[in-house]
Amino acid sequence: MALYLLRRLMQSGFVLVAMSLLVFLGVYAVGDPVEILISPDADQEERERAVRALGLDLPLWQQYAVFVGRALQGDLGRSFVFNEPAIQLILQRMPATLELAFGSMFISILIGLPLGLYAGLKPEGRLSKTIMAGSILGFSLPSFWVGLMLIMLFAVQLGWLPSTGRGETALLFGTRWSFLTADGLAHILLPAINLSLFKISLVIRLTRAGVRETMLMDYVKFARAKGLTPFRITFVHVFKNIMIPVVTVLGLELGGTIAFSVVTESVFAWPGMGKLIIDSINVLDRPVIVAYLMMIVLMFIIINLVVDIVYTLLDPRVRLEGKA
Amino acid sequence: MLWKAAAIGLALAAGIGAAHAQNLTMAVGAPVTSLDPHYHQLSPNNAAASMIYSRLVETDNLARMQPGLALSWTAVEPTVWEFKLRPGIRFHNGREFTADDVAFTLARIPNVPNSPASFTTFVRPITRVEVVDPLTIRLHTATPYPLLPMDMTNIFILDRETHEGATTERFNSGELAVGTGPFRMVRHANGDRIELERNDQYFGERPAFARVAYRMITNDSARTAALLAGDVDVIDQVPTADIARLRRDNRVSLQEITGLRMIYLSLDHMREDGSPFITDNDGRPLPRNPLKDLRVRRALSMAIDRPAIVERVMEGSATATGQFLAQGIHSHIPGYPVPRFDTEGARRLLAEAGYPNGFRITLHGPNDRYPNDARIIQAIGQMWTRAGVRTAVEAQTWATFVGRAGRQEFSAFLLGWGMNPDGSHPLRNLIACFNRDTGLGASNRGRYCNPQLDAGLAASSQNLDPASREQQLIALERMALDDVAVIPLHIQTNVWAARRGFTVTPRADELTRAQDVRPAN
Amino acid sequence: MSATTAPRVETPFQRFVSEFFASKLAVLGLVVFTIIVLVALLAPLIAPQDPYDLAVLDIMDGRLEPGSVGGSGITHWLGTDDQGRDMLSGIMYGLRISLVVGVGSAVIAAAVGATLGLLAAYVGGKTDTLIMRLVDLQLSFPAILAALMILAFLGKGIFNVVFAIVVVEWAYYARTVRGNALVERQREYIEAARCLALPPRRILFGHLLPNCLPPLIVVGTMQIARAIALEATLSFLGLGVPITEPSLGLLISNGYEYMLSGKYWISFYPGIALLITIVSINLVGDQLRDVLNPRLKK
Repeated sequence: MALYLLRRLMQSGFVLVAMSLLVFLGVYAVGDPVEILISPDADQEERERAVRALGLDLPLWQQYAVFVGRALQGDLGRSFVFNEPAIQLILQRMPATLELAFGSMFISILIGLPLGLYAGLKPEGRLSKTIMAGSILGFSLPSFWVGLMLIMLFAVQLGWLPSTGRGETALLFGTRWSFLTADGLAHILLPAINLSLFKISLVIRLTRAGVRETMLMDYVKFARAKGLTPFRITFVHVFKNIMIPVVTVLGLELGGTIAFSVVTESVFAWPGMGKLIIDSINVLDRPVIVAYLMMIVLMFIIINLVVDIVYTLLDPRVRLEGKA
Repeated sequence: MLWKAAAIGLALAAGIGAAHAQNLTMAVGAPVTSLDPHYHQLSPNNAAASMIYSRLVETDNLARMQPGLALSWTAVEPTVWEFKLRPGIRFHNGREFTADDVAFTLARIPNVPNSPASFTTFVRPITRVEVVDPLTIRLHTATPYPLLPMDMTNIFILDRETHEGATTERFNSGELAVGTGPFRMVRHANGDRIELERNDQYFGERPAFARVAYRMITNDSARTAALLAGDVDVIDQVPTADIARLRRDNRVSLQEITGLRMIYLSLDHMREDGSPFITDNDGRPLPRNPLKDLRVRRALSMAIDRPAIVERVMEGSATATGQFLAQGIHSHIPGYPVPRFDTEGARRLLAEAGYPNGFRITLHGPNDRYPNDARIIQAIGQMWTRAGVRTAVEAQTWATFVGRAGRQEFSAFLLGWGMNPDGSHPLRNLIACFNRDTGLGASNRGRYCNPQLDAGLAASSQNLDPASREQQLIALERMALDDVAVIPLHIQTNVWAARRGFTVTPRADELTRAQDVRPAN
Repeated sequence: MSATTAPRVETPFQRFVSEFFASKLAVLGLVVFTIIVLVALLAPLIAPQDPYDLAVLDIMDGRLEPGSVGGSGITHWLGTDDQGRDMLSGIMYGLRISLVVGVGSAVIAAAVGATLGLLAAYVGGKTDTLIMRLVDLQLSFPAILAALMILAFLGKGIFNVVFAIVVVEWAYYARTVRGNALVERQREYIEAARCLALPPRRILFGHLLPNCLPPLIVVGTMQIARAIALEATLSFLGLGVPITEPSLGLLISNGYEYMLSGKYWISFYPGIALLITIVSINLVGDQLRDVLNPRLKK
């Protein structure tokens, strides 16, 4: 086990280094940040001063060495635009993104679970078929367009909900959250629904499959034979069993949700990390781009590592040595 | 939401405007990135700084110089400017403002660490700073320098005792955001909002609001929506797509002014034999660069229907132009015409120049920099194609575009230029021959070069007589425009929208500041 | 359709066809998709206007409502965009780009992925580990971010978009093919081929690959839909295709800022076209999976 863990950690470390090199080279291949940041009427002397001030006068390998050296001390560089540590900027915007991601998870369970349950219990029903056809829609709808349509319907036509932005926030644990105020909740509803579309379909499908499988299990048959009410069977025995895969898969989706919020945040002007990365790409704020991507890579590596380890612990059939 | 709207409606109906009048919430479209007034030379930062700090020379809404911390300024010798300072001024923390603080500020400017765009350009001409007495300071230059007072309109004055060794972070945290301006800093949430309160000791006109929330909402639709929902009282950078709708809405009023930003086309003047994005009609490269021919440049300018772009693309929020500065601004050429739209005339000129069947060109431009930038180049593409110059259009993000434009990779491309209200500014930066050593032509990306014009510019730059200097500049602008060094398209209109009960004094320099908002009757 | 008299002896292909046509929804999807492909192919012949020819566009016709008649006498049934481009024509041409990107990237990604998958399964050992690690890495990293990064580095353009999509999608094919090939490799006919000392290339592409085709087709269909959606999203974020040759995603993006002022048609109709395209492909793909996947057969 320890050996396996060590090997996985080393692999992860290798991936991290490879990604950092790729990201660094990639980011440095596009555009010239000085051209964007500098005042338009700056002369050559001022331009050269700015190049030196941002550390862009060093050869690329030296810039990378500086970056790695600092990264090892937990410093991923300072934003060119804000002159603040890139990590700090990202962390400042993280609560907004997390709030959105968890909101969408919540909605996907709230909507997906009952629908999936119904479709699983009555697989041949007309409604079930509609639900399943609908879930294809959820997989295929391009989310940015759905976002636009949500804004058009609920904000522009009906005027029920605000179109964009984050609304009022309230302080909790030293961070500002919008789910604590009525105005904030109104603001988060549309983007959270938008981000949850794909996951609603996922939950419906998982739940349906789980229910159908569980209903054939011996213990359910036994419970039926014992004369338990269908209600009790469904909500106690079946439910408990399908929650595990649903929650696991949603947990795995968390990373993807955070990454995909780039699109939703752009449509709804939600001031989260995704918005930050798009803005940073637009002004070539290299340290922020690199820091964001490195954090995402790290997050995925950790999620994958944890999943692998948990699976090995839970299921002895999964061999530690990896794939055949 | 409905409740809120109803409540606001009631409040307005009952005329409770007076109760609101102590507080102001405004939303701006461009984020303020730092409260260090010398860190990044960027309009949104300058707008925020001009609420907290003051300058020796202030500017009014038409960009004319006004006394600020300096009451008067004169060139006591050709190379010495003397500023008489305003007595009895205190910083927000109670410290007194003196000439020594000006000297400190001028010394700090070149030494702000990590600055991506510093204010050094404005202090470089100064060779020596002489503090004559606490209320008199003399700035020495190597050669006569008429622009020095205008340069001082960019420099926010700090306090030596407070700001010695101050880092940008301590400004951003609010700790050292201490100036002599009309507002004091209360709270700063980076990229989100700045909260301010009135400085009752301010030397200028007393601001109308005691407390101000200055929010940053970068998404255009979100900003308009926030105004309509009553979340904010004033917004800037009203998107052109929303102007018509807001005009019809009697809950809001629009305040507009012709600005200082000219949108123009830059042309490849550098290459004699062939330009990278110009070919003949069969796609073969041309042996010579047609843009070197004045007749071709005139034809291209003439083929553009500027009023149509202003009306259809900009939805009215721009003024078609044939020159750099708008009417009423220093160095405007009186009566200089907007080139008349004439497709047939353009074809004739092209034929005269040896291109009876036109040629092919690719017009480049950014798609995220100026209002409707990508739409403007597409519209010009239509117009040029109709005049016989088959045009392909390529829009890129500013990040990619500006680098390539700076390396002279394009043949014709769209740019914008925010002017100082003085003809020397566009002439020095956009028209003068590119010269690494003198810093002239720094943004002359088409590499137009006319030595005669440069000589005239050099002469004017030492002329301390304002009236004759303006005439010199006007003559030089005419020279550049007659030669179609660039193709001016329009000058943008700056638009603010305010809810009923508020009014904004629109500024030509695009700055959005709380002291410019007043309660309306 | 499914009610036609079944022939007495069914070839596997006939069985496949009859099973496929058992689902009305899938047939509908196929019909709609065929129409879309035809419209896209014939766009230059049937579109009222060439939306890429700047000479026929006129900004004075900009943002006309659906049903208006423009200056050139064309009736714009779906309105015009800000450049005076007829939306109906724009959508027809936009479909071409979306399909080229979708199908093109799917085919290339399938070729790359299948080759690597086969290689992994056939060679095994270190090669297998390396390829599958790459696959894991690729699948764990969100496609949208990877594509975003690649396009930020490469810049816009149809080829760059296709390249980005291939990079983020090859892994799906590789995994599918490898899984299938591993099973097939154990079969007698491969053993026989090896004993005959056939060159590996022939075994790989002549014997293994054809037997991995059914799942490959299923994955491919689904990935076409995904690629189309991804391209639209990237164009919406401003990193996709150039503005003068708009895909559906770019048309939608162009209309975004006009939507709040009530000019809905600029982004609404291209969105509907995109939606219909993707759903029809997915309906076909869903049925293909049910028919071709032996595990689901009861």
